[in-house]
Parts: sequence; structure tokens; C-alpha cells
Amino acid sequence: MPNLNDILIMLPELYLVAAACLLLLLDAFMKPEQRSLLHWLSIAVVLVAIYLVISGQPEQPVRAFGGMFVRDGVAEILKTFALLCVALVFVYSRSYLADRKLYVGEFYTLMIFAVIGVMLLVSAGNLITVYLGLELLTLSSYALVALNRDSKLSSEAAVKYFVLGALASGMLLYGMSMVYGATATLDLATLHGAAAHTGVPNLLLFGMIFMIIGIGFKLGAAPFHMWIPDVYQGAPTAVTIFIGSAPKLAAFGMAYRLLEAGLGDLSAHWQQMLAALAVLSLAIGNLVAIVQTNLKRLLAYSTISHMGYLLLGLVNAGPEGYASALFYAISYALMGTAAFGVIMALARAGFECEEIDDLKGLNQRSPWMAFLMMLVMFSLAGVPPLFGFFAKFLVLQSAIHAGMLWLAIVGAVFAIIGLYYYLRVVKVMYFDAPVEGTEIKLQQDPALRLVLSLNALTLLVLGLAWGPLLGWCKSVFPG
Amino acid sequence: MIDPSVFQLVCFYAFAAVTVVAALGVITLRNSVHAVLSLVLTFFSTACIWLLAEAEFLAIALIVVYVGAVMVLFLFVVMMLDIKQEHLREGFIRYLPVGIVVAVVMLVEMLALIGVRTMHEAVMGANPATAAGLSNTQWLGQALYTQFLLPFEIAALILTVGVVAAVALTLRHRGGTRHQTAAQQVAVKATDRVRIVKMAAERPATDAPAQTQNPETKP
Repeated sequence: MPNLNDILIMLPELYLVAAACLLLLLDAFMKPEQRSLLHWLSIAVVLVAIYLVISGQPEQPVRAFGGMFVRDGVAEILKTFALLCVALVFVYSRSYLADRKLYVGEFYTLMIFAVIGVMLLVSAGNLITVYLGLELLTLSSYALVALNRDSKLSSEAAVKYFVLGALASGMLLYGMSMVYGATATLDLATLHGAAAHTGVPNLLLFGMIFMIIGIGFKLGAAPFHMWIPDVYQGAPTAVTIFIGSAPKLAAFGMAYRLLEAGLGDLSAHWQQMLAALAVLSLAIGNLVAIVQTNLKRLLAYSTISHMGYLLLGLVNAGPEGYASALFYAISYALMGTAAFGVIMALARAGFECEEIDDLKGLNQRSPWMAFLMMLVMFSLAGVPPLFGFFAKFLVLQSAIHAGMLWLAIVGAVFAIIGLYYYLRVVKVMYFDAPVEGTEIKLQQDPALRLVLSLNALTLLVLGLAWGPLLGWCKSVFPG
Repeated sequence: MIDPSVFQLVCFYAFAAVTVVAALGVITLRNSVHAVLSLVLTFFSTACIWLLAEAEFLAIALIVVYVGAVMVLFLFVVMMLDIKQEHLREGFIRYLPVGIVVAVVMLVEMLALIGVRTMHEAVMGANPATAAGLSNTQWLGQALYTQFLLPFEIAALILTVGVVAAVALTLRHRGGTRHQTAAQQVAVKATDRVRIVKMAAERPATDAPAQTQNPETKP
């Protein structure tokens, strides 16, 4: 029987649900001129949620609603950074949305609903909560991608995303039903013991394979990556930045819950599959990115390769591997928001700034933006002493410790190949002459400039002082 | 006195017969409105069979959701669309082989399901509702609001997102549409609508000839 204690454990989520509903009502009664009030309120709501997540964190993992909801260290760290990403998205996207007549209250509400989905997903203690959290996140994302409904590209991306996402959810559900059929439980903690209890019947293995397909889809790992480039390119950049950040944290949380918390006993079986996914993602992501001319598509393929690195950490299937994968997911979320933030800072009405050639000679026109973009690109490429370098180093190390030296070598080789297309962006900014007749106008929003600068500089700071964050990541996975 | 099990059997055969006849009606009736009504009858008699199988909740849900909502919507669609019968029957022979294959596969699957009930009891244990001495609906309701409260509420949240998304993606404020503002209508005063003009009671006699002589109309 649920009681007050269950509700208190879920306080951050319940608070966000209430706040989202209030924002929805407020938006209905507000004049369009007053929308900046809604903007700042939404940011405040998200920041308060971060406070609630961190301040109410119990010492030991606690479970609520009969084990449906788990509040532990992993959930805390993922929720904190997912909420932080959403706050950053709100700050970056305001002028971008206003320029495109997309500055509507639903953007904020749907985004908050999506992040509630992320929070439920990473705290799931039951297969049903995993599925429902995921659906809440993806349904909000479909609507957000289609938000620019007059754009053909945007609608096409939304339909593709919807159809493929529904297929992936179906696969995931199919796998869950098989796992339920084999073990007669939906509870992840019971499932963990049940695998040892009943042995490993084929039904359970099949269920696991289907669940891995679902996870691969949500991570965007090859060969389940087909939706990523189209969605990244077609969605408004303000939505792309979200899809590239918080849901990646959620996908890591989902993989951790399903594979470690649920099917941890079967790790010998799923390690090989994840290794295959990782190699394919590294190869496809890095090789196809080389030929891209569209910056958003390039970042999409770069995401695929980064998910390959994240999988290198998961392949380890031990506390060290999970900590490095979590660290990687956080680093990618921060780098992704900064990269798309720069694109949004340079975009204006009628100009998306999404071709690589649009950045030609950026250094002569806006040296600071060029410097920030260079930091982000170097960090994505994994150049020391930036954040991305250390994250890559950790996942490669954990792959070696898992006894998969070949996998680490593949990862390192593709990191070098990937360097080419990140450096191409830097070269275009610094060594190419600006195209005559074009101009670069920065968005005048001071909050955007300040926070974006901080975001990009954080990549440098965390690259030099990674200790505390890594310590936090390691502390949530008891050995 | 009739034996209850015999009565149950008679009921089952009656409902099953109605279901089959109504289902045949769905695919043979020429008038599409009749076909939809026949589908309603199929659903209704299926619901009765489920009642016999002690699945009350499913029976109620079938009637409320399918008969009450989905089929009424269907009926509207069928009535509004101009469907040509000959057009619908054109590809019958061409698609027949595929249809037969699908039908055979479904038949085999259904026959395979017959043995499942005994297997099911072995793996999953007894029906929890009968074990608790409750009716199916009662047990389901209690489980939904206690054990599965959280998923139930998340599902509600997902539906909310669906509504918000539907409005955000389809609502367009077009310019030039005419609409009423209730507040303005209520706040209206008599003086805004009727203008009282003071006029002389009689037409001045001197004016009349001047009006009839129009200087513009010259031959």
C-alpha cells in the first residue's frame, strides 16, 4: 500500500509534474508579450528540481511504490545532469525560438514532461516503469521535433522518429514480455536473482536480445542509428540540442537498469553483443561523419561514434566500467549542449548556420565564438587537456581491464580517424576566408552568451580538474 | 430446475452463434452502415462470452471502449464518407490467396493456444482474483490503485502529453476568422446598440418640392 513516505521519496518528480501543469495553465492565460516570464519561471522550476534531487538524496538507496521506483546514487547523478542540460537548453533556445515563431509555452511544458520521463526512467525499479518512463520521454520528443510544423524537413524527421521509435518500443516490450515469461517477475531486483535461480533458458536470452535492440535504438548505436542524422538535421536546433543531451543520459540509465540491475547475471552473454554494437557505432559514426557538409548531420554521426565509446564502458560490466560510462555520458551531454549552443548563438531569422561552410572565417568575425567552438570540437575529438580526452581515456582503460584489448585498440584508432572531421571545422573557422556577401550576427541575448561561455569553459576546467566528478561517479557504483 | 453448467453451456452456444452470424454479416452486408452495426453486435456478443469466462472487466471495457467510443466514431466516418461498394470488391479474387494464407496461419495459432491454459496454470499459479475471493474487476481496480499506482499515474501523464502535443501541433490561430467575445457581449449597453434620433413629427412642407427637382437629370 503506498504511503506518504513513498510520495516523499518521489518529491522531485512530483514537484516537476505539478510545476509543468501550472506552467501549462499559466501559458494559457498569459499574453504572448509576457512569455519571457514563462521562460524565466521554467528555468527556475528546473533549478529548484535540481536542488530537490540533491538535497533530498538519502544515504542508502531507497525504494518506493513496492520497488517500482528506486532512488539511489546513479539516479541522483543522472537526474542532476539531465535537469542541468534542460536548463541550459532553455537559456540557449530563447532567441532562436523567438526568431522562428516557435516561442510557445508548449516548448517549455513538453520539455519538462520529457525530463520527467528521463527521471522516471533512470529511477525505474520495474520493467513497467522503465517502459512508461521511456514512452513519456519519447512521446514528448516526437512532439518537440514536429514543433516547427511548417517545415517539411521537420515533419519528415518527426514521422521517421515516430515510426522507428514505435518499432523500437515494440521490440523492447517484446523482449520484456519474454523475460517476464521466463522468470514470472517484472521487478528488476527479483529478476536479478531469478536468472541465477532458473538457469539461463533460451526464452530469457531472446528477451535480453530484444531489450538490447531497444537500448541500442534509444542510444542511437549502430546498426540502430538510422533515425539519428535525419532527426538531428530536421528538428529545430533548440530541440536537437535537447535530444543530443538529456536522453543520452537517460539511455545510459536505462541500459544500466535493464542490463546490470535486471540481467546482471547474464553479463557474460550481453558483453559480446555490446562490444559488437560498439565497434559498429565507432566505425559507422566516424567514417560517415567525414563526408558530411551539414554541421548538424556531422554532429549526429559524431553522436553515434560517442555512443560507441559509451558502450566500451558498459562492456566492462563492472563498477569501473559503469563509472567510466557514466562519466562519458555526462561529458557528452555537456559537450553536445555547448556545440549546439554555439550553432544557436550564430543562427538568426532565416539563417540556420547549419552548414560547415557557414562557419568560414568565423575567427575574423567573432573570435570568442570561434574559440568556444574550437574548445568544443577539441573536446569532442578527445584532445588533451579537455574534458573529452579524459572521458575517452577512462572508457578505453575500462575496456582493457575487461580483457578486451582489441576493443580498446579499435576505439583508439577510430578516435584518430574522428580527429579529422572535428579539425576540419576548426580549420574552416580559423584558416578560411569569410565568404563575401555573408555576415555573422551574434544573438544579442546576454544570458545566452554568458552561459554558453561558461558551458564551453567548463569543458576546459573539468579536463584539468576531473577528480571530484570522477569521484562522484565512482562513489555511486559500490564495488 | 436447470443445472447451472447446462445453462452456461446453452448461453455460450447462443452467444457464440450470434457472434459468428454477426461477424459473417460484417463481411457480407452490402450496406456499410449495416456492416458497422453488425460489428457492434459481434463485439457485444463477444463481451457476453467473456462474461461467461469470468473476465468481467474485459467485457465491460470492450463494450465501453469499442462499442461506446470506437464504433460510434466508425459509424460517423462511414456515414460521412462516400464509399462505392463495387470499388471495395474489386480486388477480391486477386487478394484471396494472401487472405487464405493469413487465415490459415491465424487458425493454426488459435488451435495452438487451446493447450495454453493448462500450461499457464503450471507456470503462473492460480488466478489471483479467485484466490482473493474477489471479482475480476474488483481485484483489477484494487491492484491498479495500490500495487500499480505509480505506473497508472505515469500512464495518465503520458495521456496529458498526448493532449498537449495534439493541441500544440494542430491549433492554428488564423487571422480573419469571425468569433464572438462573450465578455463584450455581456457588457454591452443599450446605448451601444440603439441610437435614438430626434426628428420632427411632420415633414416640413417647403422641403418637398426641392427634393423632387433634381438638377442633374437634364435631357
